[in-house]
Amino acid sequence: MLIKNAIKYLVVAATFIVAASACEVDPPIKKELPANDIRMIIPEGWPYPEYDFTGNTLTKEGFILGRKLFYDPQLSRDNSISCGSCHQQFAAFSHLDHNVSHGIDNLLGVRNAPGLFNLNWNTSFMWDGGINHIEVQPIGPITNPVEMDESIANMVTKIQNDASYTSLFNDAFGTETVTSQLIFKAIAQFQGMLVSYNSKYDLYSRGQTSLTSSEQNGLNLFMAKCNTCHTAPLFTNYEFMNNGLDTIFTDAGRATITSLASDSGTFKVPTLRNIALTRPYMHDGRFTSLDAVLNHYVSGVKNSSTLSSQVAGGIQLTTTEKADIIAFLKTLTDNTFKNDERFNDPFAP
Amino acid sequence: MKTLKYSLLLFISASLIFTSCKKDPYEETAPTPSNPGVTAGSLSIHFENMAGDSSLVFNTESYVTANNDTFTVSMLKYYISNIVLTKSGGGTHVEAESYHLIDASDLATGDFTLLNVPFGDYTAISFMIGVDSLRNVSGAQTGALDPANGMFWSWSTGYIQAKLEGYSPQSTAGGNQIIYHVGGYKGIYNPLKTVSPSFGTEVASVSSTVTPEIHIKANVLEWFTSPVNISIASTSFNMTVNQTSLDMSDNYADMFTVEHIHN
Ligand code: HEC
Ligand code: HEC
Repeated sequence: MLIKNAIKYLVVAATFIVAASACEVDPPIKKELPANDIRMIIPEGWPYPEYDFTGNTLTKEGFILGRKLFYDPQLSRDNSISCGSCHQQFAAFSHLDHNVSHGIDNLLGVRNAPGLFNLNWNTSFMWDGGINHIEVQPIGPITNPVEMDESIANMVTKIQNDASYTSLFNDAFGTETVTSQLIFKAIAQFQGMLVSYNSKYDLYSRGQTSLTSSEQNGLNLFMAKCNTCHTAPLFTNYEFMNNGLDTIFTDAGRATITSLASDSGTFKVPTLRNIALTRPYMHDGRFTSLDAVLNHYVSGVKNSSTLSSQVAGGIQLTTTEKADIIAFLKTLTDNTFKNDERFNDPFAP
Repeated sequence: MKTLKYSLLLFISASLIFTSCKKDPYEETAPTPSNPGVTAGSLSIHFENMAGDSSLVFNTESYVTANNDTFTVSMLKYYISNIVLTKSGGGTHVEAESYHLIDASDLATGDFTLLNVPFGDYTAISFMIGVDSLRNVSGAQTGALDPANGMFWSWSTGYIQAKLEGYSPQSTAGGNQIIYHVGGYKGIYNPLKTVSPSFGTEVASVSSTVTPEIHIKANVLEWFTSPVNISIASTSFNMTVNQTSLDMSDNYADMFTVEHIHN
């Protein structure tokens, strides 16, 4: 048994190393889950991720357990809300048309739920970057009184008492004893597998398709005006910036974490991948369309002490240029990801 | 297998030769021996939580701060980590996986034993108040570091290094509560402190027959004074990383004194 396990891990590790070093493109998505479909993905031309499953060997069994936990409403106090309630796959795991999160007891949060993908590259989590590691991220929503409002200890007891998890924990971690650590590691395996890298833009980058002239023009404009913050290929530089939404900050953003005046009203630059799927926009979901976002950058930028000099005074764009940028942003939609059956809700009928 | 045995033997005899050449037998940090019965024993540490000169009593006893504010305590918890013992003549013993959560309401948490401590006379101890920065950024942990212990911030991840809660008539917060959570692990408000309360002239002698006990007192009054006097009226609660949390960590850094050592 031990040796079998050891061999299993060796093989996994080897696959992992091969996968990591080859950096090849994933084969087409299959309905069933062959083990080699669950492996760390580093798309060609991307930097090495921050999180590479060190100390949390990625396995098919761990992924399957993590997926079930992600979609399990038992992680909330009254068993009503799962991670998947606010992070919906058809919206690239954001909360479509909800400006701020809508949690337990119909309570509203203060921030917009971002899409979940390419999280292994995140240097921090949440709009204010308050969370420092993918494995501890779930503690935020689970214990947040307006999200899932459950205690970690109680969550562990519920999952331990649910017999449908016994074999899943055994398969994934070789133990039936549930701990918060194993729950979080499993969820990290699921979330870490959410890699979006098959948009039209990606196919274009790999020489597999071409862009329309409007999209191409939008790409050129984007590279000139937006890429310093929304830096390709992940379309974020992971820094905290103030892009001119407000003069007075009702949400202090990054300063909530650092208590530094120079961070007031700055938020983590969001990725723009799948942006056409994740409306509304900005940390508080104030804009319902990409048009409104572009209009903000052209004529709505507000002055304040922490405003980024790159957007101060607005970004000059003609109507056609705005349309071209939006056409380009739509090439960042990844339908393969959105429809990937591996990520579907296992509780769904 | 055989070769392994031989090389082990070789290694052991080699290290024996080397150590026997040394003038001071304690100069080397001994590796964890394969048979701890031979060269290593145990050492106990007992933390006793105090308010001034008396044992800390929850809720019912009132205490007075340096600023003349009155308060009661309903919760006192802190992490002790990275314990290092120094041998007389030099050399150290570093506790492996050294994370202890002390909960003043649960006396058992204040008593623990370090195992595999090489025999010898120890003249100093040092430990960190809080959890080192590495563990704060290393993802999901378990045991003393399990977030279920309520010492973890979910909104600004990292451990709450120490927390003190209670009530005070001077408090301006709802229900006259006082709540102080000291967290963070980096930056200008980093509260992590490594302290070494002095043994004085005492020695903890670990041997095959003796498990010494180091008795350490932790005085909660120190949270409010030296170097920074805290007024409860102006600081009734603080649960973020800022100058106040830094001040409190500077204050509580000197709350520990070694009372005595049993040998
Ligand atoms: C009630 C709605 C809600 C629920 C339930 C919820 N989330 Fe979220 N999620 C949000 C919101 C809102 C944010 C942004 C919060 C912020 O920045 O302060 C967020 C942010 C995140 C992020 C950070 C993404 C990034 O790029 O920074 C991750 C990862 C995440 N959630 C995963 C989860 C997981 C895992 C669960 C289940 C344990 C979960 N969420 C449950 C609403 C929710
Ligand atoms: C100075 C850096 C910076 C520049 C330059 C910049 N942005 Fe942003 N962008 C941000 C930040 C920061 C946010 C999040 C602000 C918030 O929510 O408070 C953001 C948000 C967005 C969003 C909403 C994303 C979401 O998930 O809600 C879109 C869309 C967007 N920017 C597009 C653009 C485009 C297009 C350009 C170029 C015309 C551009 N940005 C230039 C920093 C920048």
